[in-house]
Amino acid sequence: MSEPVLRVKDLRTQFHTRAGILKAVDGVSFEVGRGRILGLVGESGSGKSVTGYSILGLIEAPGEVAGGQVLLNGQDLTKLKGEAIRRVRGAQVAMVFQDPMMTLNPVLKIGTQMIAAVRAHDRVSRKVAWTRARDALAKVGIPSPEERLDAYPHQLSGGMRQRVAIAIALLHNPAVIIADEPTTALDVSIQGQILAEVRRLADETGTAFVWVTHDLAVVSSLADDICVMYAGRVVETGAAADVIAAPRHPYTAGLLASVPAEHEPGTRLPQVPGSTPSLANLPPGCAFAPRCFRAGPACTTTPPVQDFGDGRTALCHYPIETDKCQPLSSTSTTYRSAS
Amino acid sequence: MIGFLIQRILQALLVIIAMSIIVFLGVYAIGNPIDVMIDPASDQALREALIHRYGLDRPLIEQYFIFMNNMLHGDLGESFIYRLPVLSLIWSRFPATLELALTAMMIATCLGIPLGLWAGYKPDSLSARAIMAFSVLGFSVPTFWVGLLLIMMFAVELGWLPSGGRGPVTNVLGMPLSITSLEGWSYIILPAFNLALFKLGLLIRLTRAGTIEVMSSDYVRFARAQGLSESKVVGLHVLKNISIPIVTVFGLELGSTLAFAVVTETVFNWPGMGKLIIDSITVLDRPVMVAYLILVVFLFVVINLVVDLIYGQLDPRIRVKAAS
Repeated sequence: MSEPVLRVKDLRTQFHTRAGILKAVDGVSFEVGRGRILGLVGESGSGKSVTGYSILGLIEAPGEVAGGQVLLNGQDLTKLKGEAIRRVRGAQVAMVFQDPMMTLNPVLKIGTQMIAAVRAHDRVSRKVAWTRARDALAKVGIPSPEERLDAYPHQLSGGMRQRVAIAIALLHNPAVIIADEPTTALDVSIQGQILAEVRRLADETGTAFVWVTHDLAVVSSLADDICVMYAGRVVETGAAADVIAAPRHPYTAGLLASVPAEHEPGTRLPQVPGSTPSLANLPPGCAFAPRCFRAGPACTTTPPVQDFGDGRTALCHYPIETDKCQPLSSTSTTYRSAS
Repeated sequence: MIGFLIQRILQALLVIIAMSIIVFLGVYAIGNPIDVMIDPASDQALREALIHRYGLDRPLIEQYFIFMNNMLHGDLGESFIYRLPVLSLIWSRFPATLELALTAMMIATCLGIPLGLWAGYKPDSLSARAIMAFSVLGFSVPTFWVGLLLIMMFAVELGWLPSGGRGPVTNVLGMPLSITSLEGWSYIILPAFNLALFKLGLLIRLTRAGTIEVMSSDYVRFARAQGLSESKVVGLHVLKNISIPIVTVFGLELGSTLAFAVVTETVFNWPGMGKLIIDSITVLDRPVMVAYLILVVFLFVVINLVVDLIYGQLDPRIRVKAAS
């Protein structure tokens, strides 16, 4: 991997609640290179979205980034406040949200919102801003962009709106775009088109993407690298193809086994037993241990980061050995039990 | 749009007709006005003659149709007391109430929206709590009492402002207005503030509630993620989205202020419509009561129509529904 544009080091984000301090992000580290796409994978509540918001300093009270670094080309974003972080948002690091029905203001024209986004960072006339907005819409494959600029969000389909959101994110050619489950709310064919578009944009513009998702199918077709999160921690990293072919962490293996497309029809779909633990009530040691088929006595202590080379790591006492492992078939038998 | 307008105007007509029946019946039920009008010592012949002259001996239905017919010709009758056509009587009082109501609404809006925005933007701050406490006072303390306090304070103790009445007026577009001169303002400011207080509290709370809701929305988060400044987030995204409930309440309050500024007008001896209607009720001046109430209905209908039209401007989704 080339020199990373974005390097997140030991990021810690916590929320102060009545139930105590919730560590939503607990020492997360990863990096993304220019033009690369990192899939940040995890179940609901694993802290992947919060990681995205933390990078941009969008965590609001009662939450706070309690430690770690977010290095964008060497500059630590967690140290920036007020106007300084505002200049980064949208210009150097942009974000696309999950639900395109909600992210555009329903009472403002697309053009008004895009012009505001352009002028948030560049002191240009409305006319210039309008032209740039139009070009950005064209770039993400929106037909007749002039008319779209004059439309209100409700006049566009979900897929179109998400393209608009991506176009807004692209307006200032940011170094990094954080996409928080941007295709989850869309139907599959639209999702496919958008993923292809994103892949093309990453290759053409050199923008790096952090693609937050719970959908391994998306990641396998889109991402260069994968970072799997569980209960606020990164449990496995590696090149996307490698991780999917041979997961090291039992949790990743379980997630992969429960992808319907990979499964033989007519038999029960394997699933990871249990559910994501509450952050207020994490088990000691490995948070995944209670749900893990490989858990052993060591799992009550914090697991070590095992490094397998080539950027592959797993946070586990008993990682799956590649040579012994036929991941899909073996894990599907292992995970059959839940009902 | 045209279809929408026609539909709303037809609705408005129905409301006015229904209201005219209710008002007419209501006033009829009060009883014979002649007894109040004439000297109790007058003889029966004079009484009968008067009853006949005012058409009070005819059947109720007929009276109503005569009344409606006259109304359509712009004739709402003549005041029993002032011996003047009621329309010109009400019209002579209207500018005073209009300027008082508008000034009050302006004070309420210019203070209420910014304060509400701030209270919603920083809901946990000390200043926001102070604003909210003030807003509770604004609509829980009785108007007349605040009015008296204001007079005590600014007119009696400090002597800065006159205690009541209306200042010198100049004619603007055929309407005598007092807000054109500084001295006029010294008369209007206390009653206007008194009248504004309730609306101020209401607008603060409404704006705050809307702001809190919008601030937590995805599109505000997205706007921030685009690097929009906070002033832009509030000025562009929040203000436009909270404006619909504000416009609704503004319209209703403007209507009710114009129609029922009675208490304030009485306390400050302001020669407006509110005082006229109260005086007319006391002496059972029937034509004035009827005309006034119908005028009030008309006013509300018009204001609501305008509010509906503004909705379409504020929220494109409403426009689409109305067009289809």
